[in-house]
Amino acid sequence: MDMITMPAINMTPILPEIFLSVLAMALLLINVFSPGGSKSYLGYVSFIGIIAAAVLVGAGWNGYIESFNGAVVLDKFATFFKMIFLLSAGMAILITDQYMEREECNHGELYPIILFTTVGMMLMASGTDLMTIFLGLELMSVSLYVLAGFNRKNLKSNEAGLKYFLLGSFSTGFLLYGMALVYGATGTTRISKIAQIVAQMTMPSSNILLLAGVLLLFTGFAFKVAAAPFHMWTPDVYEGAPTPMTAFMSTGPKAAAFAASLRLFLVAFPTLQVEWSQLLWVLAVVTMTVGNITALRQDNIKRMLAYSSIAHAGYCLVGFTAGNGTGTSAILFYMLSYALMNIGAFAIIILVAKKGESNGTVMDLAGFGFKHPALALAMTVFMFSMAGVPPTAGFIGKFYLFSGAIQQGYIWLAILGVLNSAASVYYYLRVIVYMYMKDPTEEFEWTKVTAPVAIALVLSVAGTLVLGVIPSFVLEYAQLAIRLL
Amino acid sequence: MSNILSLTTFLPILGVLILFFIPKESKSVLRGFTFAVTLVTFLVSLLILTGFQTNAEFQFVENVPWIAAGPFVMRYNIGVDGISLWLVILTTFIMPISVMSTWKAVEDKVKEYMICILILETSLIGAFISIDMFLFYIYWELMLIPMYFMIGIWGGKNRLYATMKFFIYTMVGSLLMLVAFIYLYMIGSQAGIPDFSVLHFYNLHLDPSVQMWMFIAFALAFAIKVPMFPLHTWLPDAHTEAPTAGSVILAAIMLKMGTYGYVRFAIPLFPEAAHRFAPLLATLAVIGIIYAALVAMVQEDVKKLVAYSSVAHLGFVMLGIFAFNVQGMTGSMLQMLNHGVSTGALFLIVGFIYERRHTRLITDFGGLAKQMPIFATMFLIVTLSSIGVPGTNGFVGEFLVLIGGYESELRWWTVVAASGVIFAAVYMLWMFQRVMFGELNNPKNQKLLDLDAREIAIMVPLLLLIFVMGVYPNPFIAKMDPAVKKLVSQIRPASMDAAAKALAAVPVANAAESNETSEQNHTGMPAGHPVIPHEGQSTSPAINPHEAK
Repeated sequence: MDMITMPAINMTPILPEIFLSVLAMALLLINVFSPGGSKSYLGYVSFIGIIAAAVLVGAGWNGYIESFNGAVVLDKFATFFKMIFLLSAGMAILITDQYMEREECNHGELYPIILFTTVGMMLMASGTDLMTIFLGLELMSVSLYVLAGFNRKNLKSNEAGLKYFLLGSFSTGFLLYGMALVYGATGTTRISKIAQIVAQMTMPSSNILLLAGVLLLFTGFAFKVAAAPFHMWTPDVYEGAPTPMTAFMSTGPKAAAFAASLRLFLVAFPTLQVEWSQLLWVLAVVTMTVGNITALRQDNIKRMLAYSSIAHAGYCLVGFTAGNGTGTSAILFYMLSYALMNIGAFAIIILVAKKGESNGTVMDLAGFGFKHPALALAMTVFMFSMAGVPPTAGFIGKFYLFSGAIQQGYIWLAILGVLNSAASVYYYLRVIVYMYMKDPTEEFEWTKVTAPVAIALVLSVAGTLVLGVIPSFVLEYAQLAIRLL
Repeated sequence: MSNILSLTTFLPILGVLILFFIPKESKSVLRGFTFAVTLVTFLVSLLILTGFQTNAEFQFVENVPWIAAGPFVMRYNIGVDGISLWLVILTTFIMPISVMSTWKAVEDKVKEYMICILILETSLIGAFISIDMFLFYIYWELMLIPMYFMIGIWGGKNRLYATMKFFIYTMVGSLLMLVAFIYLYMIGSQAGIPDFSVLHFYNLHLDPSVQMWMFIAFALAFAIKVPMFPLHTWLPDAHTEAPTAGSVILAAIMLKMGTYGYVRFAIPLFPEAAHRFAPLLATLAVIGIIYAALVAMVQEDVKKLVAYSSVAHLGFVMLGIFAFNVQGMTGSMLQMLNHGVSTGALFLIVGFIYERRHTRLITDFGGLAKQMPIFATMFLIVTLSSIGVPGTNGFVGEFLVLIGGYESELRWWTVVAASGVIFAAVYMLWMFQRVMFGELNNPKNQKLLDLDAREIAIMVPLLLLIFVMGVYPNPFIAKMDPAVKKLVSQIRPASMDAAAKALAAVPVANAAESNETSEQNHTGMPAGHPVIPHEGQSTSPAINPHEAK
């Protein structure tokens, strides 16, 4: 008689996830049973929780543990990405409070939902089973739909939430269908087993079931990283969502989608690399170009950054196309840099904007540079970093991404990449032009910079510059993470 | 004092850190402090000059690990040789002068202006002394940022267009160069080259077809910076709109970055391709000389005229470089310094007059010499130096370039280019005549004050240099001579070497043997100096143009 044997369960790999989940649930309860009024303290508690989780993740930075019968793993790759997620979530929380107070929707549920999103992302990064990845992805996505529509009195936020939900669930369908087909072709959902079975196939590229599955997975992830032509939801959602949440969802979840797809494609389907890298080549070029060209025409900074975020995903796809150690590890580095500079930029937007998200165009920045020199300097650093000008993290990231492509022989891809990068300089510099080189049209109201926002800004400026000047440590860790995948 | 290069590079940045704490209302403190920083930097850099041994090697080398990740090893690897030495000194020399020129010109946002100038100085020096190519690229890009702000914030009416154009033009070129950098490194690492040091890459013998593409990428980036016709269009805009100090730095130092790039990177890294493209680039240089001169002639704005004269002068520099012989190269190196001094001085002069009248149109002036005698004298000297009249610095450089060009394969190009000297005389003197002589009939000009003590103090060092370099250029040439000779022997492509060797082998069999042994001594350098006939004449350091005259 066959007994169902319980696999040895080691909770250590998901300790940070458990911790955050418990914290989030506790916060939900506290929120319900506490009297009304300001809910800022929930934000502080969540932030401390994020730091604690980061310490837990950091404690295992050098370890390797498989658990749940190989469905979850703790390795350097997961650790690196988890740090990005926690950074992204932590910084988002820091810049949330001031915004939510101004928009008068500082409801306590926000913070637990951010934590749940983070847990979902972390599961995606350490999931080594299609099911775990899907579980994480759903947890993340559903929480994000709520976050996008969180400002329920604002029409645009509602639109963002609904749009994100509809298109997001559509893409989840693709992903799930792809997983089903891959399961059908290989008979397992465990990534390492899929890899073995695909490697044993004589002609994996002529296995229609498998190919269709891979293609659907590919499409699903392209939706999640907002690669063109699957990017249509991005501008509206990013523009409509509350600004701190835009900052969050353009960095953390994007990194999570890259984490899961990197693990999936590099571990499970290396034998099909010829096929998927051809697809990625096209996807990368289209994504970069569409993102940059549409961003050129935007006056609303939030929308501009939304389009530029598509372009940044495109740069990462260049590294993905290369598929070698240099290129893929550069994605890790770039996602970290992007989290720093992008959230920093959004923090500035929050400070400039007025109630109801008005005052959000590039023109409204006129004269900002000499009214608030420190803030403008920070914005300048972010813009130059996104444009890829040294000595910033953005430059080092792009350098390694394009190096990966060149190393693998994709010279034209790299050239198209740098030309795109040159085009992007225009719209990033436009922000700087307005800040420093135009006279203000109206007097600035002094925006108070609260302590949390100031911390977030200092953190992101320092991070952007440090990663630009002495990136070795992080780069080495990223390369180690990829090599041991 | 082994860290003297780093000290020179980072002193200005240290100054920036202190500037942050000076309140922005105390403008004179800000100005004085920045001036002091640049002056100290200049004095420190003189230690480099005095400590420099006259040989072809890199000196004051500092080489410490910096980034090592993945396939790349970047090192903080810096040093000066005869080629970069004078450019570093030129940079540190021009900086205090341009800071002093802002005393009255910049009243608004003084603090930010000074920060820009100091960051610019660090990045300029850093680029000239980088041996590591990645480090060079960082500085090369970094220098765009402060210049972008200087033009964009303190510039003229059309400044936004000018600064955007300047930034994007340069950025496109350098990004393509970046791809070539990376590709080069990939080839190099397969050949066992351990890091980004340009010295390693000199020894890498690349396939000619690879060389060609790489050269195109490098040459494009540097040609934009020089700027060469037809990529020069950003320059008149940028120069015209930039504030005086910006124009001075842009003309005197930043443009040299392009020609320096050819000398340090594009040509010695890809010698065969450089030889292949020499006729094309020389043609563009000559077109630049003639075209810019003609355009300069019809300018109504003095500053724009000077800007176009820069394009013509840099054309001479490019021609000399592509002569590939010692005279041409020496002339070009010297001409870079000369252009820095005299065009820098010209922009200062335009600045002086603009501060007084807030116009730069030639037709608004006339007869100023009566009202401003000191100004007129100085202006005349600088004008003559820019034309290249014997006795001034401009003559020495141009003359060597023309000799070098004439003796090289670019003989006919040189003949055409020589006419540019005449054009230069035409547009400069005509402009001078219309501005300074004639009737003082514009009432606004009748009350103009002559230069004050500060302005005279700014001009005197430059005027002195104009004469020193014009009459006794030997100390300048002597320091760079070994490095230039090494460079010239290095950029002789292997195929030419073989052909020359075959020639030499016919009359004297021994010569070929000794040639081979000497090549073993200079490992990695395609040596073989006794071959080209006219080279022998110039091996002695006495390249005295006055003899030839």
